[in-house]
Amino acid sequence: MALAPAPATGRFARTPHVARKERAESLAQAVFAAMSAAMVLPLLLIVGYLVWRAWPALGLEFILDVPRRGMTDGGIWPAFVGTLYLVGLSLVVSTPIAVMAAVYLNEYARDNWFNRVVNLAVINLAGVPSIVHALFGLGAFVYAARFGYSILSAALTLAIMTLPVIIASTREALASVPMAFREACWNVGATRWQTIRAVVLPNSISGILTGVILQVSRAAGETAPIMFTGAVFFKAVERGNLFPYGLSDQCMALSMHLYTLATQVPNVKESLPYATAVVLLGSVLLVNASAIALRVFLRGRKRW
Amino acid sequence: MSAAFVKRIEVKELRLAYDSSEVIHGITFDVYRNEILAVIGPAQSGKSSMLRCLNRTIDFTASARWSGTVRVDGEDVRRTRDVFALRRKIGMVAPLPVGLPLTIYENVAFAPRCSGLTARADLDAIVERCLRQAALWPEVKDRLTSLGTALSGGQQQRLTIARALSHQPEILCLDEFSIAIDPVTTMRIEDVLKELRREMTIVLVTNLTQQARRLSDRTMFLLDGELVELDRTEVIFSDAARSQRTRDYVSGVFG
Repeated sequence: MALAPAPATGRFARTPHVARKERAESLAQAVFAAMSAAMVLPLLLIVGYLVWRAWPALGLEFILDVPRRGMTDGGIWPAFVGTLYLVGLSLVVSTPIAVMAAVYLNEYARDNWFNRVVNLAVINLAGVPSIVHALFGLGAFVYAARFGYSILSAALTLAIMTLPVIIASTREALASVPMAFREACWNVGATRWQTIRAVVLPNSISGILTGVILQVSRAAGETAPIMFTGAVFFKAVERGNLFPYGLSDQCMALSMHLYTLATQVPNVKESLPYATAVVLLGSVLLVNASAIALRVFLRGRKRW
Repeated sequence: MSAAFVKRIEVKELRLAYDSSEVIHGITFDVYRNEILAVIGPAQSGKSSMLRCLNRTIDFTASARWSGTVRVDGEDVRRTRDVFALRRKIGMVAPLPVGLPLTIYENVAFAPRCSGLTARADLDAIVERCLRQAALWPEVKDRLTSLGTALSGGQQQRLTIARALSHQPEILCLDEFSIAIDPVTTMRIEDVLKELRREMTIVLVTNLTQQARRLSDRTMFLLDGELVELDRTEVIFSDAARSQRTRDYVSGVFG
């Protein structure tokens, strides 16, 4: 304790009870701090180990090159671009739907049975395991909608998977805008939509975007949903071609590629799966970091 | 009653409940043209809820149920075809100053824009007129593009009044406007209200009984959702008040 103990006189005497209380306090703080520090350790170990094992293969060349010699050598370009396609397309589909649904639920919906059902659906959809989403995607998009085994089917499956989470994060962002702002707008005869456009959305956009960007990492990491609906082990693609796939093509993806290299291909150069993991992890961390940067930037412009 | 006493607001048997607890138990009163009607009473008397029935912003509270009739200029507010026009006819000033997170200019131009006005010159004129009326113009005329939320509490409250005036209301309702501002600013706003009464009808909800006494023509005493007494202000604040509870409240025995 930095403070000197008070002189043991009068009413401010240091009683045994106070001493016990202080010991318990410092013990509690030490334990909690140790647990927080322990959080950092696994991350450092994982990243450190991956980078160490991946080191021989790492480099820009690894990202830009295509797999060679029956996927035992070369780079990951088709998988890298495939992941960009899948994640980008899925968020383009899910973000507008999710944000508009969240605006309805938070700004318009009254407490009636219909909205309770919608709420329940959103919560339950968020709890569905990804393998179930995969089967749903297979049935709904690949077969029923006849999109076939394609990027479109896989991206739509990922979109369904990210929808409920974006709805939840958007609702939270909207709810953080003080009610008094809305009431002030309603009092001067503004409609709900005018209120939403002028005050609610501009002041919740940082939270909304953060929620969306965090779903990038989730969509990029999932294997099961795309494996059933449009991702393949191997697809021949030119080196460095930015637009190798069409919507109805099948594609490679990083998460799937990692699984393939690690379990399905014999005699892979040892550093390749690790390097793939590093690229996947690195892209995800980069996206998350940009989400934080964006939030800091937008919070700096916050207006109250 | 002479012809000058034109009824602008007529409230009949207004009852209001949130979920199952009734907070206003059937009150009846009128507000006349160009008067200042003060509504006094301790917290939880239903004063604010009553105001929210007048411009039907009570609709936004899902648990609220109300009965009785409220007429504004003879029109039943629940049958009105254009609730937004009703809200523009009534200017509302909330207890806590709420500068919208927009520029000072846009705070005042918001309502005219919402009703479709886009011409810059018209908006400029409205912004200047309202800020002048709210006695804020000299302080902000050189920084109209800075944020309304960055103003001090007293300035924000005057900004709120300017915004309430921006849709050219004919009736102005103020809900304990002085609760968050200093006495000097309060006096300045009271002077503003004395000016405004020439052109509009004012309903002043306040828990400062002396403010009611200074400003109003008539005073209404609400207690626990009931209308205890409504009379000319000098009567309410004298021994002539009919109810013992009124005399006790205005003389500070309770509340």
